[in-house]
Amino acid sequence: MNPGQTFYQFIFSHQDEILEQTIEHIGLTGIALAIAVLIGLPLGILLTRKKKLATPVLGMAGIIQTIPSVALLGFLLPLVGIGVVPAIIALFLYALLPIIRNTFTGIEEVDSAVKEAAQGMGMTDGQILVKVELPLAVPVIFAGIRTATVINVGVATLCALIASGGLGEFIFRGIALNNVNMILAGAIPAAALALFLDFTISVLQRFIRRIIKPLLILSGVFIFILLPLWILPSFFHPSFQAGFTAEFMERADGYPGLKKLYRIDLDTRELDPGLMYRALKNKKVDVICGFSTDGRIEAYDLRVLIDDKNYFPPYHAVPLVRGESLRKYPVLRDIFEKIAGKISDEKMRELNFRVDQNKESPAEVARDYLVQNDFRIAENDKNAVDIVIGSKNFTEQYILAHLFHLLIESSSSLNVELKTGLAGTKICFDALKNGQIDLYPEYTGTGLLVILGVDVEASAPLLQNEKKAYDFLREESKKRYDLQWFQPLGFNNTYALMMRESQAARLNVRTISDLKEHIEKSTPEK
Amino acid sequence: MIKVTNLTKEFNGEKAVDDISFSVKKGETFVLLGTSGCGKTTTLKMINRLIEPNSGEVRIEGQNVLEQDPTALRKRIGYVIQNIGLFPHYTVEQNIAVVPQLLKWKKQDIQERAHELMELVGLPPREFLSRYPEELSGGQQQRIGLARAFAADPPIILLDEPFGALDPITRREIQQEFKRLEMMLGKTMILVTHDVFEAFELGDRICLMDKGIVQQVGTPKKLIFAPEKEFVAQFFQANRFLLELEVFQLKDVLQELPDRKLEGKQELSFEENDSLLDVIEAVEKTSQPRAPFGITGKDKKTIKTATSEELLAAFHQKKSKMVS
Repeated sequence: MNPGQTFYQFIFSHQDEILEQTIEHIGLTGIALAIAVLIGLPLGILLTRKKKLATPVLGMAGIIQTIPSVALLGFLLPLVGIGVVPAIIALFLYALLPIIRNTFTGIEEVDSAVKEAAQGMGMTDGQILVKVELPLAVPVIFAGIRTATVINVGVATLCALIASGGLGEFIFRGIALNNVNMILAGAIPAAALALFLDFTISVLQRFIRRIIKPLLILSGVFIFILLPLWILPSFFHPSFQAGFTAEFMERADGYPGLKKLYRIDLDTRELDPGLMYRALKNKKVDVICGFSTDGRIEAYDLRVLIDDKNYFPPYHAVPLVRGESLRKYPVLRDIFEKIAGKISDEKMRELNFRVDQNKESPAEVARDYLVQNDFRIAENDKNAVDIVIGSKNFTEQYILAHLFHLLIESSSSLNVELKTGLAGTKICFDALKNGQIDLYPEYTGTGLLVILGVDVEASAPLLQNEKKAYDFLREESKKRYDLQWFQPLGFNNTYALMMRESQAARLNVRTISDLKEHIEKSTPEK
Repeated sequence: MIKVTNLTKEFNGEKAVDDISFSVKKGETFVLLGTSGCGKTTTLKMINRLIEPNSGEVRIEGQNVLEQDPTALRKRIGYVIQNIGLFPHYTVEQNIAVVPQLLKWKKQDIQERAHELMELVGLPPREFLSRYPEELSGGQQQRIGLARAFAADPPIILLDEPFGALDPITRREIQQEFKRLEMMLGKTMILVTHDVFEAFELGDRICLMDKGIVQQVGTPKKLIFAPEKEFVAQFFQANRFLLELEVFQLKDVLQELPDRKLEGKQELSFEENDSLLDVIEAVEKTSQPRAPFGITGKDKKTIKTATSEELLAAFHQKKSKMVS
């Protein structure tokens, strides 16, 4: 990715992808909405006939509405896996409340004199509903559908995290890769889509009584013809599937380079890093791009494939600090000297395992580690904040942030505040540059490729010499951003391809080259 | 035609209608009169089963309504309510067509009936049939409400405060018009109202109710001149004089009016069935309130002339005769 590209150039060069994602986005939203209307409308009507149900049903729908979208997607993963189906289920659940509630209120609010007249003239309950209540409630019901649409267009961006496509793909990839153009290429169409649909529906709303019939027919066609065409294929996923994070899909040292070097062609889907391991464990995908020190490798019995062509560059974990903070508190350098090179790959994997599998808190695990290694532990009172430590949003980063926190407070009188869980390199790096945090754990490979934007192919000789590469990283970071890399902590948390141990053993796959062979064998010639 | 026996309805343990009985003759206008909360509307709604009684029964032409399908029952009974309840999403024509359509009339027949009814309620069909209720005045809406209730020509009409939502002047106009509407002929009507003038103007017989109990059933004349209970006398006390004028028709005081030679032609003329109150009100509105007016008999021939002053004198004379 060339950072010098203008926004227009980016849009122009990615127009096919933007169009495709927009269509996926509309598809997801539309299908979920149509199902929500199909279920929410009768449910709303039922509530007007059985009023005792109204409070519990509307309450339940209200509770679903308050579940954070990412959490809902997380709940759905073990049940229905990844892809279009869970995305539609989540969007459907969010659309349900406004539709049920407005149907119920719309019918309830029909003038009681009109209802009495209808009844008094001898209409049956069904006739009153179809000829009087529904036609009069239509504007209110439509307003509910409008609300649901706007909510759905927003939530649908998050569905990119579970490999269901849509405009969220660009947004999350952009955040991971520090590429503003890419974020905008997803965000602007998503916002425009929300505004456009809101406006369109508000226009339809005005003429609703005249167009209600064609509209119903149209949505029927949409659900019963388009829905099966789109959803069915996702049930027949190919025999061997890869689930990669947005960042890995796009990074120069991620899948594009891997594909070139190993000449391997995988069927890939985009996945959230937090959901990826579970998706592999639950057999929703067969290979993922994990991190070599992740605790879940042991917990889920995964096999790390050997990088037999030495493709993945090293990712040594290093505390990265602002130059300004270091000048203010020079003692930091001495403090971090104490743990330089102390944490091995195995040790880090064990610490991660304790948090991921044994559900211990990162703070506890960090404290245990320091105690075992004869550090004196002390915590300072929190009146003032001298140093703010940040972290990204995965286990290892949380543990390291707590470790740094305890280390600094035990070895000095400085007060530390934590700002953990920042989503991705871009956000951490921006926060560091702007002084919102003073330091955070970063990896050498990420530093070179993402922060400094080194071109992998052009700088191949530099990257192959670890010592040279590290010196280059230190000097350039200092020169460009006034940032200081301390001594590496010792472990190398590089990207690695992983499979389930059982499947890998059965297929006899040990290296990435083995995987390539297996895939070529099992795919028929085209 | 309609027989109500020992009808009782409780709401939350309180008796809204308490063991009431009355019967309504064919072609009669029967008024349920009382203050709000007296149980008159509840009684009315038990006739077309919008409310189900706790005990007692309602028979229409000998058949117990509780044994009939409520929707079929209601299609045979016209129903007019205070808030009219026209369907706002239907045109006037579609509103009138509701019951005929439920009865599966032919399209052609429904159209013809709609035109006919519009003529009957005095609204030009061409102008009004394609309008929506919100484009009509309150009085026009009420006429459409009446037309809708009469659409399928039901033998029985229930009216719940039908003029209650109108301003007093429009109300009086429509009431008088209502009495003369051709389509009312031969209909059995039960009308609920709290307005004593409306009751006296429209009712053949009145059932005065209080606290869910029938106080007295009888003709307006009976109620005002022969109250059976103190409550009945008290109820009409405030409007007594005007109500007395209302219950007398010209033919009642014909003898007490001075005889005079019939000569010339009178500007104004009334039928012998008109009430004294209506006549005096009409005369007061003319430019010459003291001029004599004609009184016509059954064959439309003038039988007598009189002034309103003479009419009042005759009324007092008649009353003193009745008392003695």
